[in-house]
Amino acid sequence: MSNTTNTMNTGHTGNNGNSSQTSNSSNAGNAGNTANVPYLTADGRTLAEVREDFPMLRVTENGHTLIYFNNGATSLKPQPVLDAMNDYYSHYGVNVARGVDAIGYKATNQFESVRGQTARFIGAGSASEIVYTRNTTEALNLIAYSYGDNEVQEGDEIIVSASEHHANYVPWQQLALRRKAKLVVINPDADGVVTPDILQAALTPRTKIVALFHISNVLGAENDLKSLAALAHGVGAVLVADGAQGAVHTRPQVAEWDVDFYAFSPHKLCGPTGLGILYGKKALLDKMPPWQFGGEMIDVVDVYETTFAEVPQRFEAGTMAIAEVIGWGAAMTYIDKIGYDFIHQSNHDLTTRLVEGLKKQDDVTIYNPNNVQNGVVAYNIDGVHPHDAAGIYDREGISLRAGHHCNQPTMRLLDVQSTLRASVSFYNTIEEVDFFLEVSKKAGDFLDVLF
Amino acid sequence: MTSSSDKQNLYRQIIMDHYRNPRNKGLSSDPRGYMTVHLKNPSCGDDLTVQLKVEGDEISEIRQNGDGCSICCASASMMSELLESQALAKADHIIQSFINMVQAEPFDEEAIGEAVSLQGVSHLPQRVKCATLGWQATARGLAKIRANRLAGADDAGVGEIEADVEKEDT
Repeated sequence: MSNTTNTMNTGHTGNNGNSSQTSNSSNAGNAGNTANVPYLTADGRTLAEVREDFPMLRVTENGHTLIYFNNGATSLKPQPVLDAMNDYYSHYGVNVARGVDAIGYKATNQFESVRGQTARFIGAGSASEIVYTRNTTEALNLIAYSYGDNEVQEGDEIIVSASEHHANYVPWQQLALRRKAKLVVINPDADGVVTPDILQAALTPRTKIVALFHISNVLGAENDLKSLAALAHGVGAVLVADGAQGAVHTRPQVAEWDVDFYAFSPHKLCGPTGLGILYGKKALLDKMPPWQFGGEMIDVVDVYETTFAEVPQRFEAGTMAIAEVIGWGAAMTYIDKIGYDFIHQSNHDLTTRLVEGLKKQDDVTIYNPNNVQNGVVAYNIDGVHPHDAAGIYDREGISLRAGHHCNQPTMRLLDVQSTLRASVSFYNTIEEVDFFLEVSKKAGDFLDVLF
Repeated sequence: MTSSSDKQNLYRQIIMDHYRNPRNKGLSSDPRGYMTVHLKNPSCGDDLTVQLKVEGDEISEIRQNGDGCSICCASASMMSELLESQALAKADHIIQSFINMVQAEPFDEEAIGEAVSLQGVSHLPQRVKCATLGWQATARGLAKIRANRLAGADDAGVGEIEADVEKEDT
């Protein structure tokens, strides 16, 4: 363990809340009377118009229109993404990179053009630096097995923070065990940020890999990847960034930040599930061996030997998630039309309203009261188990997360078993937040769900 | 209407009482002589340990400890109270009756005493695992003891089980 220590925020407990009267029989429903924010998307549309793009925002459950505050788990999907996938399956739904038929060529072309689009989207140098995986978790495992097993020797050190999602923790812990390397766990600061000073104190000449989140999935803390990468490089280590939450809130600039690897999941960014993206610097990917074997990733298969394809195909064994890749292309186009300016403004406004509202409720403890930029609020209600509270929210049509958020290390830092987590997105509204705050006051009536 | 709301209030009181004042809470510091079953639901974090002491044909002692939501904790408390001092066959029947109730299947209401207060779980399929965690732990412990006895083990009533509830419940 690193000896970098600090105590996490003990949370904010606010003043007495004054309960205003709000009807709870109908919640803050759909577009129309909502969504009157003064700012517009990059393509000049209003929030009300944006909400029309999402079929899930019209879903009703128990007579309530869904209020979706579980965006940290996955985002909802806009119609253009669904249409793109449907179009592929309906009009050119064949396999890629096989045969010479025109329709196969079209599928391959789409599939590969999204690779280039992804490279541009995250500021990578070239399409060959983009590897399609199943999800962020698989992307991080790919690095740990392929790069890690190759580069990490006995006695080397791997640095992770004590606030990583399991996907960016367990692969490194297991790599350390395989290679008899040392796993060095560093604590973030009181707001959950791994500052350059904290990393600097843990780096040694034996450090080979530094694996850190870009934005925390529990605390919404944002790490300065550019500074952290420079420090890691100073001792000859690589920086692996878990961008699963990061890419949602900030447009990645992987080349500008000089990170070595960046992994994220399109499904949190309006894209389909079943697809992950791994960015790796070409020079690093080139020297990495494949870690899964089969079709698509080979060059020449002889009886007893095989030569492998160039990157990125070397890492893409078997038929990939073709429809999902095509859907992801539509998602990036969609996000570009929304614009990160709109996303930033919306996240900031909604999260600020959430935090300020919860602060007024005197039995609420907020674990990240200062991180209002990234759409995530982690909190608990005194005397109410998070699952009991989640039951009350669910009854009112509000979907949020209760549990350890696949991040038990952060739960240990906070010294809790589990928390509630409300996570908003650019299509949520102030009205939804206000309704959520009213329901929060009723969480103590958790046994109501049984009757 | 009045009687149904009276019943509802009574059920609330029973559940709240077991949640706030759990019965048989806390594990023995000396696990010798107990079958200890640690059962977790990894998806939600509910985490419960049950210690059983079986003497002859009877459950002579049950202890339970853990962390979970009100339904999980209150249910485990009720379970421990109901099953203590029961013959094994009767315990099986009580456990099965409770599991049937929360799964909205016919059940023996008399057998489960105060645990009938949790009948509302039958309308909440996503909470069935919470409600049955303690019961499943005890059922697994009893099954292990029986298997040990069949195998002629010396200390048939002693052992440890570590398991996740998720995969086998569906």
